[in-house]
Amino acid sequence: MTSDQDDGRGVSRRKILECMTWAGTGVLWTIAGGVPRSMGIIGEATAAEPSGLTFLQISDSHVGFDKPANPNALGTLEEAVNKIKTMPVKPAFVIHTGDITHLSKPSEFDDADRIISQVRLDVHYVPGEHDVLDEEVKLYRDRYGRGTKGAGWYSFDANGVHFIGLVNVVDLKAGGLGNLGNEQLEWLEDDLKGRPASIPIVVFAHIPLWSVYPAWGWGTEDAARALDYLKRFGSVTVLNGHIHQIMQKVEGNVTFHTAMSTAFPQPAPGTAPSPGPLKVADDRLRSLLGITDVTFKRGQQRLAIIDEPLQG
Amino acid sequence: MTRKICVATALAAAILATAATFAAASAQAANTEVKIDQFAFAPQRVTVKAGTTVTWINDDDIPHTVASSTKLFKSKPLDTEDKFSFTFTTPGSYEYFCSIHPHMTGAIVVEAATGSSAAQ
Repeated sequence: MTSDQDDGRGVSRRKILECMTWAGTGVLWTIAGGVPRSMGIIGEATAAEPSGLTFLQISDSHVGFDKPANPNALGTLEEAVNKIKTMPVKPAFVIHTGDITHLSKPSEFDDADRIISQVRLDVHYVPGEHDVLDEEVKLYRDRYGRGTKGAGWYSFDANGVHFIGLVNVVDLKAGGLGNLGNEQLEWLEDDLKGRPASIPIVVFAHIPLWSVYPAWGWGTEDAARALDYLKRFGSVTVLNGHIHQIMQKVEGNVTFHTAMSTAFPQPAPGTAPSPGPLKVADDRLRSLLGITDVTFKRGQQRLAIIDEPLQG
Repeated sequence: MTRKICVATALAAAILATAATFAAASAQAANTEVKIDQFAFAPQRVTVKAGTTVTWINDDDIPHTVASSTKLFKSKPLDTEDKFSFTFTTPGSYEYFCSIHPHMTGAIVVEAATGSSAAQ
């Protein structure tokens, strides 16, 4: 893939479509003057711009998954981590957008920690629905919940960018989608209060905050209220996982982007009877798993977002 | 059928005036199965007699739960081929969903158990 920073307006549709053919490591995000731009694969992204802030997104590692779609999800997570370790310029930190584990088992969390800690970077987590399968969400919160509110939401600042980690996978209602809930939304409103509209915002959560495909539950019930609080900001980037494939949408000042999984791909919306794990030929799997790399550059409105497959 | 008589039968008969013959249930140990497949409960709506045990089996590669909308019952996360059973003793409509994938919904409709009247 080529990095996309020629026009300063972010990723072109064509680039995004190219990205969709990738397979699976993570997405490298660059925040350049406010808006993240997906820059493509990691190696190229880091070669791009030394200035600004670069961080990495990994998602949906599903440690413990061992079904035909990928009998060794821990192995492909390790491949993603190795990819991060060999990047020429280290990202400032990593965000993990949930589904760390497949079944919220302590041993799965242990295995995930053992592998992910090898990147030797701060990792900011939000849970996926697979991480909160115990009734009290104790396993997740004991490990990752320090300094967070509720089921694990929080915010922090880095290089003049305000990051907000949201939880939309607990207390889900029958027939509904992802759910933020009133308490979290009130916290969000309060968190944003008083911040200048010029500050770039990055929101990350597991389930997409836009309606990707409600028939498969790919959306968040009360996301509109969150986006309403965010609309006065000039640069908002929303990073999600959950759907195990790259999707991007730009709406006004808000860029939505979903990352690949490091474990297994899922079908494009409506192309299969259900969103269950997609079994592909072995030699294609790693082209559908990956990471995302994001870079922020001052003076530009968009973050550069690069999705990088494990292979391909 | 059972030889349970009197009170229950009388009550049932009183409530359901049109039912000429009514025996207090409980004798039938009926079982019904609901598959969880392709992110759906199949059949999605099942009608059973009171006293029926419903067993859900997860045929997906992804864990699901069976959670009553009124919190009457809730399974643990069911991995592939895991099962969960619940016995419905009281007539009514029981809506449920997968608490992990809440767009997956289903219902068990429980009817009063009928049988040939044991005692009138």
